[in-house]
Amino acid sequence: MVAQNVAFWIIAIAMVLSAIGVVRTSNVVHAALYLVIVLAGAAAQYILLAAEFVAWVQVLIYIGAVVILFLFGIMLTRSPMGDLDLDNSQRMPAFVACLALVGTLTALLVDAFGNSKVVIDAPTKTSVLSSDIFRLYIVPFEAVSILLLAALVGAIVLARRD
Amino acid sequence: MILNQFLILSAVIFSIGIYGVLVRRNGVLVLMSIELMLNAVNLNLIAFSAYLKDTSGQIFVLFVITIAAAEVGVGLAIILLLFRNFRSPDLDQAQQLKG
Repeated sequence: MVAQNVAFWIIAIAMVLSAIGVVRTSNVVHAALYLVIVLAGAAAQYILLAAEFVAWVQVLIYIGAVVILFLFGIMLTRSPMGDLDLDNSQRMPAFVACLALVGTLTALLVDAFGNSKVVIDAPTKTSVLSSDIFRLYIVPFEAVSILLLAALVGAIVLARRD
Repeated sequence: MILNQFLILSAVIFSIGIYGVLVRRNGVLVLMSIELMLNAVNLNLIAFSAYLKDTSGQIFVLFVITIAAAEVGVGLAIILLLFRNFRSPDLDQAQQLKG
């Protein structure tokens, strides 16, 4: 339990600092690299919570595919490199809104869940997960497949030049 | 481990994502902030799945990851189109519908 808590805090601090890096850095490519740290940290938290399969899906799809897509986006839009001001003039109001949201959510969560413990006895078996997907959630699964196809066709239609 | 440490971490990351969406001008950076928010939600779902010993949360995370991938694909196509029309990836440029 102690080892898990130490791991949690190390990963949590790394995640929060990198998330701040994503929204504060003045270099677009650095933002993508900070995003990788946040996504990897989330995968590590999933492993701490005994969700192995989801953790590896996170690594494969997010770190493997989505970040590469972002880097291609940066390349194709010729985003300016070097230290530039990438923010608009709403810094102060946005910061106040962000702080208010953290405060409200934290107060609500502490009030609602207090010291409820997460007890983990064994990692979730992938076979359990897959039989649930293909029995209980087969209709959403098929719907998501159609959505993915539609998004793919839509992206090609939008981005092609003619 | 208590449940709240995961929930509060995800609340903090979600709020940082909100800050990014409100403040950033570059469209690609706005999409990255949206990814931060989606990840915070996923962490929440997994924490509740472990707390309630119910696999539904993990299955919903798989769906959210799929939809996030689709969203990034379409979002980047839209930003590419914006770049072609305005010669800049900044979202502030797109204000032709403003009265």
